[in-house]
Amino acid sequence: MSLPDVIVVGAGIVGAACARELAASGLRVTVVEAGVVGGGATAAGMGHLAVMDDSDAQFALTAYSQSLWRELAAELPKEAEYLPCGSLWIAAEDEEMAEVYRKERYYCGRGIPVEVLDAKQLAEAEPNLRPDMAGGLIMHADAVCYPPCAAKHLVERSGAELMQGREVVSVDDSGVRLDDNTRLAAGAVLLATGTAVTELLPALAVAPRKGHLLITDRYPGFVRHQIIELGYLKSAHSTPSDSVAFNVQPRRTGQVLIGSSRQYGVTDGAVESEMLSRMLRRAIGYMPGLAALSSIRAWTGFRAATPDKLPLIGRAPGFRNVLLATGHEGLGISTSLATARLIGDELLNRPSAISRQPYDPARAWC
Amino acid sequence: MIVIVGAGPAGMAAARRARECGADVTVIDDNRAPGGQIWRGEGRSLAPGVRFVNSARVVAGDATAKTLLVETEEGARVVSYDRLILATGGRELFLPFPGWTLPGIFGVGGLQALAKSGLPLRRKRILVAGSGPLLLAGADYFRRSGADVVLIAEQASAASLARFAAELIRHPDELLQAARLQTGLLGVPSKRGCWVEAAEGRDRVERVYLRQGARTFVEEVDYAAIAWGLVPNTELAALLGTGSLAGTGGAELSVIEGEIAGLTAAGREDLARRLYPRQRKALRFARAVDKAFALRPELRSLPEPATIVCRCEDVPFERLQACGSFRAAKLHTRCGMGPCQGRICGPAARFLFGWRDDSVRPPILPARVGTLAGNIS
Amino acid sequence: MLIRINGRAFEVPENATVAVALLMSGETTFRRSVSGELRAPLCGMGICFECRVTIDGRPHARSCQIPLREGMEIRTG
Repeated sequence: MSLPDVIVVGAGIVGAACARELAASGLRVTVVEAGVVGGGATAAGMGHLAVMDDSDAQFALTAYSQSLWRELAAELPKEAEYLPCGSLWIAAEDEEMAEVYRKERYYCGRGIPVEVLDAKQLAEAEPNLRPDMAGGLIMHADAVCYPPCAAKHLVERSGAELMQGREVVSVDDSGVRLDDNTRLAAGAVLLATGTAVTELLPALAVAPRKGHLLITDRYPGFVRHQIIELGYLKSAHSTPSDSVAFNVQPRRTGQVLIGSSRQYGVTDGAVESEMLSRMLRRAIGYMPGLAALSSIRAWTGFRAATPDKLPLIGRAPGFRNVLLATGHEGLGISTSLATARLIGDELLNRPSAISRQPYDPARAWC
Repeated sequence: MIVIVGAGPAGMAAARRARECGADVTVIDDNRAPGGQIWRGEGRSLAPGVRFVNSARVVAGDATAKTLLVETEEGARVVSYDRLILATGGRELFLPFPGWTLPGIFGVGGLQALAKSGLPLRRKRILVAGSGPLLLAGADYFRRSGADVVLIAEQASAASLARFAAELIRHPDELLQAARLQTGLLGVPSKRGCWVEAAEGRDRVERVYLRQGARTFVEEVDYAAIAWGLVPNTELAALLGTGSLAGTGGAELSVIEGEIAGLTAAGREDLARRLYPRQRKALRFARAVDKAFALRPELRSLPEPATIVCRCEDVPFERLQACGSFRAAKLHTRCGMGPCQGRICGPAARFLFGWRDDSVRPPILPARVGTLAGNIS
Repeated sequence: MLIRINGRAFEVPENATVAVALLMSGETTFRRSVSGELRAPLCGMGICFECRVTIDGRPHARSCQIPLREGMEIRTG
């Protein structure tokens, strides 16, 4: 039996997307997943498919990936709950409104369909927001999905061999060793394990950033767009301290998904009631009607964060045949498809639609 | 300060004993009145001096801070404790079969609870089916309420029940109770080794198909009361990382264990120890009950591919067969993601597939967003 | 006690729960499942959530656990 060309370690959304891309490009792929497909950070996150503008490199990756999601949408099963609801960045006062206009200029210049809303238009677009908001920016092409089923679909469509319930304990240029002490050989190994990558490569500058989420019972129409406060950016930029920001999302089921929070240096996944209540108080501050909704489930997840907030996509320094696709922080779902495309380009020596250089893992070695 | 979650037999007994020892006792329960399920509607009261926080559900807790987050229809509150007793009791085990979601199909305790809350049963044709001593207690109640109990169908075999009868002789109180029930139910048809295979009806259940050995037959019904035993409510205990009196061993065991817990919490282990022999005896009986009424493997074949297993999310049996674990089922089919938080589908899936439960997180019952945000009244 | 169910007035016993009042008024369907099936109470003790109805404009209320109040507006479906 011939060796697989690539072992993809981790069947989260990034690993799944890579498996599909590499298989579609003609490579023999084996996927190794220690738990449930799409069961890690992929299951914990908000599943948004967003374009962001923290940096040109972030914009390039998210915009490229979003176009790939649009192509994929038609084949996604109903369980992947793809919902093109758009994103609405909301401004509470003038300083944030200035940011709205800055974003408008940035995106219009790059062909992203956006629209500025004044206070009245915002209230019409989202009647459950508190009435004294200044306005907002709609990003029409943003969408949301339910990532575990998207990941499952991608893995199944890849036709890759899936080894479930086995954990990779070490990696080298000729393959991996599993927790049952067997060796799997391959031409190349791709690590798409999220925060767990530092267990295999301790020198990598990837750190867990814990987040809390809460989902309600079904209230169709309560919120129409994904809504994010402009303070979200401040939270993602902040120095290592706990922060919360208002972020809600309609689900295809009619449930309302409420986030978001960020904590550095916490590795315990338990739901922390103080963090949860802090996040919810902020959310209720923007949408008072949330308080009365019945909530069904709270959970946490760990984003894989890098110091410069860009993911690691490409060859691992010090190895010939090991590649990385991790460090996506809060944009793993959004950028998974573009990540997969870039990984395929790197492995098969293809030119990429965007520059791969900003995501080069070499920069993240300690 | 002793806080007791659950005002059923165990919680009431714990409260009484703790109060007798002079402790400050608060009991929290989701129902309006004490009694839990077994003693629902009997007009029982908590011991004098015991504080009762009723119509209140514990949605979260902090074992380090020793607090419980409690929600009512109006608002929420934080309850602090020095000692905590979880007497959260049990719920019925439901197994899926074709038609089990039809209106008019209840649990046995479920229909009894509704009847005790005023639902008239007079002249209603009621099938009582499933497994466990509760079938007889339920059927007796329905009959006394004027219903026409058409059949009591117990899945346990006659042989299994005969072995149980031998054990019953060693427990005179339970024997007397069983004899009373049997006498009250003279004239009500009952079958052993008999179970429901399917239910049918247009807008509500109209008939139920049953099997006994090689024979299948049908009963026309107004209501069907079907449950297959009890499952302990251990969610709060799992959340707080502690033990509980979440029990399914009958009222006698519940009361004794409640008394032991109440005395222990009040610092009177010496008195509690005196109850251990009775506890051991009651535990023996409870284990004999479990053994006698163990569910037969044929029941795993009841669901058809399209039979709904998760009622909250309408997930059919065939979609679950492909999942290897509860977590996979949850993430890939939405099974267990509804408001019942897996309380109905979880035990069914455990029986059908052998899956172990997923982890417990707050809120352990659906709670208002405001409650979890700390909106304390 | 007088309450309204789906817009119609009903006289119901004071001590009943909302679920019992609904059943006594002839309602067999309390809600629709996510795929449209007809559903009604199952467990009778507040854990199955099949008895959910809208009470005084508030959806997802567990009718088997809620006592009646004069003038209550209940909507099923």
